[in-house]
Amino acid sequence: MKFYLKVWRQKSDKVAGKLVDYTIDNINADMSFLEMIDVLNDDLIRKGEDPIAFDHDCREGICGMCSMYINGRAHGPHHAATTCQLYMRTFRDGDTIYVEPWRAKAFPAIKDLTVDRSAFDRIIARGGFVSVNTGQAQDANNIAVEKASAEKAMDAAACIGCGACVAACPNSAAMLFVSAKISQLALLPQGGPERTLRALGMIDQMDKEGFGNCTNIGACEAECPKEIKLTNIARMNREFLKATIVEE
Amino acid sequence: MAKSALFTSSIGKKFLMGLTGLFLISFLIVHASINAMIWFNDGGVTFNKYAHFMGSNLIVRTMEIGLFLGLILHVVDGLWLYKLNREARPVKYAYNDEGTNSSWYSRSMAILGTLILLFLVLHLANFWVKTRITGIEQFGVDAEGQENLFAVMQAVFQSPIIVVIYVAGCFSLFWHLLHGFKSAFQTLGLNHVKYNEAIAVLGIAFSIIVPIVFALMPVSILLGWVR
Repeated sequence: MKFYLKVWRQKSDKVAGKLVDYTIDNINADMSFLEMIDVLNDDLIRKGEDPIAFDHDCREGICGMCSMYINGRAHGPHHAATTCQLYMRTFRDGDTIYVEPWRAKAFPAIKDLTVDRSAFDRIIARGGFVSVNTGQAQDANNIAVEKASAEKAMDAAACIGCGACVAACPNSAAMLFVSAKISQLALLPQGGPERTLRALGMIDQMDKEGFGNCTNIGACEAECPKEIKLTNIARMNREFLKATIVEE
Repeated sequence: MAKSALFTSSIGKKFLMGLTGLFLISFLIVHASINAMIWFNDGGVTFNKYAHFMGSNLIVRTMEIGLFLGLILHVVDGLWLYKLNREARPVKYAYNDEGTNSSWYSRSMAILGTLILLFLVLHLANFWVKTRITGIEQFGVDAEGQENLFAVMQAVFQSPIIVVIYVAGCFSLFWHLLHGFKSAFQTLGLNHVKYNEAIAVLGIAFSIIVPIVFALMPVSILLGWVR
């Protein structure tokens, strides 16, 4: 298959980037999008040019590294899939494909298609954990967890922190990510003790990082590779209300 | 992060939008109900009676101040959020296929709201300024000798251009409500599988019915359906 690529090239966050045209031929239809970029980079290296920098790790849809905005969509045209799960057979022979990085003030550019997502790590550090005392582990059945809550918590915990929600959101809001991380613990008894501090801390850090404000558009939910639901954002709003109004 | 976060955080700003939005929605119900009295077709007698009550009652006049405050908060908070949200993405996408993951009106609340605000300036100049400031004595009295706000409506809606602007304003309101109604509930954390469908249906019904009722008023007067 043959493709005409328009790839965002940017040396660093200090200089402006631009779309650069590449033509690539003899692409196997069953290659993943990342493998197609690998082939392109191989060509570029042989020609003595600078290869395209892009993030990738597991290549099986669970690490959340492969951040690419393909043809105007986070992770490309598929629903509930990452870039590594996007295969070239999805496109037609001779298609023009735009490839851009995630764009948000809170995700500063590193190089080409890679952006710095450590804002997410700093949000997690403000409360996305439970404190556990050292010593002998207690019996697992000591704390009863209702089945429905366990399921909802697990659904929220499926978030891989890829940042597609921020990338797809017209407001660059991170609320789907933060709400998933708050929800997975708020739904379980183990998350109870630090519940108030978690909601206040993580939301405070989210605002400090310069993410936008949610206006309930729903693009995040539509583009999330792990199908995290907007109900999590409503839960986060409740957690925040409780933390600011009800709790001492 | 202190308790003051309730007012300063991103979620606090959302709450303010949702609460003031629901408050303005409650006003729309009152406004539409009273103005619908023109369809009694009694030369505006019933309508004038209720309009006079709303204009002279001390409690209602006090609530009017609250209404203006609510509107101003909604507008200022909305424009502030719009500015912050644009700043959150300094470099735009060269190619963004937004239509596949969200509706255009949900992404256009600021522009729809601005259109409604522009309409409101005209609307207040047409009616509020006349009834509250300059007076409507020159419009005479109705069959029962009451102040004749109905005659003001008849005078304003003789102009087809004004009627078209009012109908356009109602379209903006329709799309603004179509997203805003259910969005307010989500913002306030009222999202539950038991009620989501009811909220969605109620929101769509409200967004359609209220603007249609409003749009039919100038149309009815221009076309002479009510006299």
